[in-house]
Amino acid sequence: MPIKHPNLKLSRLTDALPAWTGDISPDDLHEICRQVHDGGGRLVALWGSDARLQSGGFKLHLVLVNETGMVCLNVTLSAEQPMYPDISQIFPAANRMQRATYDLLGIYAQEGHDHRKWLRHGAWHSGSFPLRKDFDAAASRIPLPNPPPEGEGTTVPSPAETGDKDKFYEPDDYGFVRVEGQGVHEIPVGPVHSGIIEPGHFRFSIIGERVLRLEERLGYVHKGIEKRFESMSLQQGAKLAGRVSGDSTVAYAWAYAMAAESIAGVTPPKRALWLRALLLERERVANHLGDLGYLGNDVALSFGLSQFWILKEQVLRNNATVFGHRYLMDKIVPGGVTVNLDVEGKHIIERECDMLEQQVRLLRGIYDEHAGMQDRFIGTGRVEPKLAAQLGLCGLAGRASAQAWDARVQFACAPYDKLNVQMATYRNGDVAARVIVRFDELFESLRLQSEILAKLVNEEDTPLLLEKLPGNGFGIGMVEGWRGEVLVAIHTDAEGNLTRVHPHDPSWQNWPLLEHAVIDNIVPDFPLINKSFNLSYSGQDL
Amino acid sequence: MEYLNLILAILFQLAQLLLVVLLAPLLTGWVNQCQAWLQNRSGAGVLQPYRVLRKLFQKDAVIAYNASPLFRVTPYIVFGCMWLAAAIIPIIAVDLPFSQAADVIALVGVFAVARVFLALAAMDIGTAFGSLGARREMLVSFLAEPALLMVFFTASMISHSTQMPRIVDALAHHQFMLYPSLAFAALAFVIVLLAENARIPVDNPTTHLELTMIHEAMILEYSARHLALIEWASSLKLFAYISIGIALFLPHGIVAVGNWAGLPLAIAFLLLKMLAAGAGLAVFEAISAKLRIFRAPEFLGTAFLLAVLGLLIHFLLGA
Repeated sequence: MPIKHPNLKLSRLTDALPAWTGDISPDDLHEICRQVHDGGGRLVALWGSDARLQSGGFKLHLVLVNETGMVCLNVTLSAEQPMYPDISQIFPAANRMQRATYDLLGIYAQEGHDHRKWLRHGAWHSGSFPLRKDFDAAASRIPLPNPPPEGEGTTVPSPAETGDKDKFYEPDDYGFVRVEGQGVHEIPVGPVHSGIIEPGHFRFSIIGERVLRLEERLGYVHKGIEKRFESMSLQQGAKLAGRVSGDSTVAYAWAYAMAAESIAGVTPPKRALWLRALLLERERVANHLGDLGYLGNDVALSFGLSQFWILKEQVLRNNATVFGHRYLMDKIVPGGVTVNLDVEGKHIIERECDMLEQQVRLLRGIYDEHAGMQDRFIGTGRVEPKLAAQLGLCGLAGRASAQAWDARVQFACAPYDKLNVQMATYRNGDVAARVIVRFDELFESLRLQSEILAKLVNEEDTPLLLEKLPGNGFGIGMVEGWRGEVLVAIHTDAEGNLTRVHPHDPSWQNWPLLEHAVIDNIVPDFPLINKSFNLSYSGQDL
Repeated sequence: MEYLNLILAILFQLAQLLLVVLLAPLLTGWVNQCQAWLQNRSGAGVLQPYRVLRKLFQKDAVIAYNASPLFRVTPYIVFGCMWLAAAIIPIIAVDLPFSQAADVIALVGVFAVARVFLALAAMDIGTAFGSLGARREMLVSFLAEPALLMVFFTASMISHSTQMPRIVDALAHHQFMLYPSLAFAALAFVIVLLAENARIPVDNPTTHLELTMIHEAMILEYSARHLALIEWASSLKLFAYISIGIALFLPHGIVAVGNWAGLPLAIAFLLLKMLAAGAGLAVFEAISAKLRIFRAPEFLGTAFLLAVLGLLIHFLLGA
């Protein structure tokens, strides 16, 4: 058992993972967090739930993890004044999660130093909280300022002319930290960018070309995913989970299925688990290929972009041929998988793996020997291992900064317990390191795919589709997606309906590190550094 | 007879003016098409720049509230400057009326005027990207300009004139001779050409990453006809630069005014050289990565050094 504390009784979650859960009071929170932190553990996720109907109060949930396992702590908070002590001093990664939890549920981190809003962008009033069960959506909505009359030519009235006419309109202000000094100025970038990418605002404080500080503002793609889950059935929820962040659809769907299966106490058929691993590795390969191409493009080597994207496209087309969907959406459902693999499909994947192995090795040689490219990569956007450990950098970017953590290795659930995954790590923490880790993981994933194909059990599957979960259940699932660990937590009410689903993206932990990675770099290197992390906006905006 | 010569010269001049303004987008299209082929793409075809221009001219312009008249006139000035520059350079014939009026130093000045207006217009509306781009453009150009002048001086030393037609005449129409000094100048010129035309490795003309842009950052706020003029001017600039390169280093085939018989051959030569230069540019861009911006001064420093070496060699060897 990973944590010992006199006031904490842990019970094992019936789960594929070494996971425990236990209830504590807010007073013990600091002590336990400190203990886990000092023992080398870190915070994976933090969310809240409105349990006023069941237990007369709100709840705060934290997932802490160390080498021996993971623990989900449930902190009971009062219904009138839901408050808990701020833990961002212990786990800096908690800061944005705490602010988001306040925006959505109104539970407040006491003594915290940063209480700025995070996900609320002026779409609903500051006193109303969407994830509370008594939330009135219609009454809380803030109307947009009046749209300009149509057919008036190209002149659009300036915000000053229309802005304060509607008394309900609340201008979206956000207190960015200002850097003062001779010659310091700001560049606001986004949320609308000149390329077709997700929206996010970046505020650079620079002197000349040197970046003194970068502050991110995210939340522009807040879609109310968590609220939407509450009114969905289990299988509908699987569909939504697969769309939290489209590039990680397999990881999310699997984590969701794992959480649901943990509540139901069932184990999917063996063959289904092997197929899930196959899908997950295919997702990893496709994304790494895409990123490696983009990284070439960001140093203006379009050759790299087109070569890697030809390969990625081949993978996507094979996905469509073999599994029926280019990005493998809706192939994993609670209880099993909706696909099967015939002999022909097996051959296609085998041929593809051989082809990729050969082609990527060739391209890696070109990337490694291109002096201009390596000059841009090496030393750019460095995150020292010490800082990475302190701030809880995870996933692929973490492994490039010597954070040797991969859920497929540490918490190898079936079928990874039979696959002996070789973790790719590197110490330098710069763009070059993140490129190297991508190449290494790509080759490892190709090897894993071949091994999965060889070991894939041919038992007749007994299709087992979960339709309904037991009442008052709680389960978590965690899967190492291509970007990092994806966690999904499911709470059910007395009838077994979904009452709260929290999908957690590794981007929550890694976005703040991007701010650190660009310090002292030059402005034109930011896109390259950003792409080397390639974090999800949608996954953290929810 | 005098009158006839003058009329002929004016006709030649008009022919060249029309030719450059119509052909310049074709060159850009050709470079883009070559790049597409080198990247395993089918490409949009060599006529794409014309389609883009037609599209842009049909659109309504969106202009920032706080834009001053400077912002509006800049596209016309930049276009005018580039067209003028292209008119000065002997592209198909020497001894054009315009080229008598301005020498190579004035040519550098014409380019500088366009750049100053573009930089001012970029800062005029006060967006962060505009001033960012203007600042970087100045960083690049204040290093590129001296190198360009040095290249011209080397050529002028050989031909004892700063007049473009004289230089071409001396290099093309006298006895054939190899000039080692010009080889150095040519290398320097290629570097300047890449930097001044916002090409890889100094800038990336196709990037969508606003934080890395130089030239594109300056023109982010332009739209419709203004953008069309600036794009067209960029094509003209590339055309003009390649023409300068041809005039200085590969002038064989440029005819004297009045030589009607040589004209078709001159045009054919021009097209051939342009095709080769465009393809060469595309190959170089395909295999290069963009430099970190603070490496650009080193890159342009190399150009200056090469141009000075060219001059020195001319003094030492007299060739």
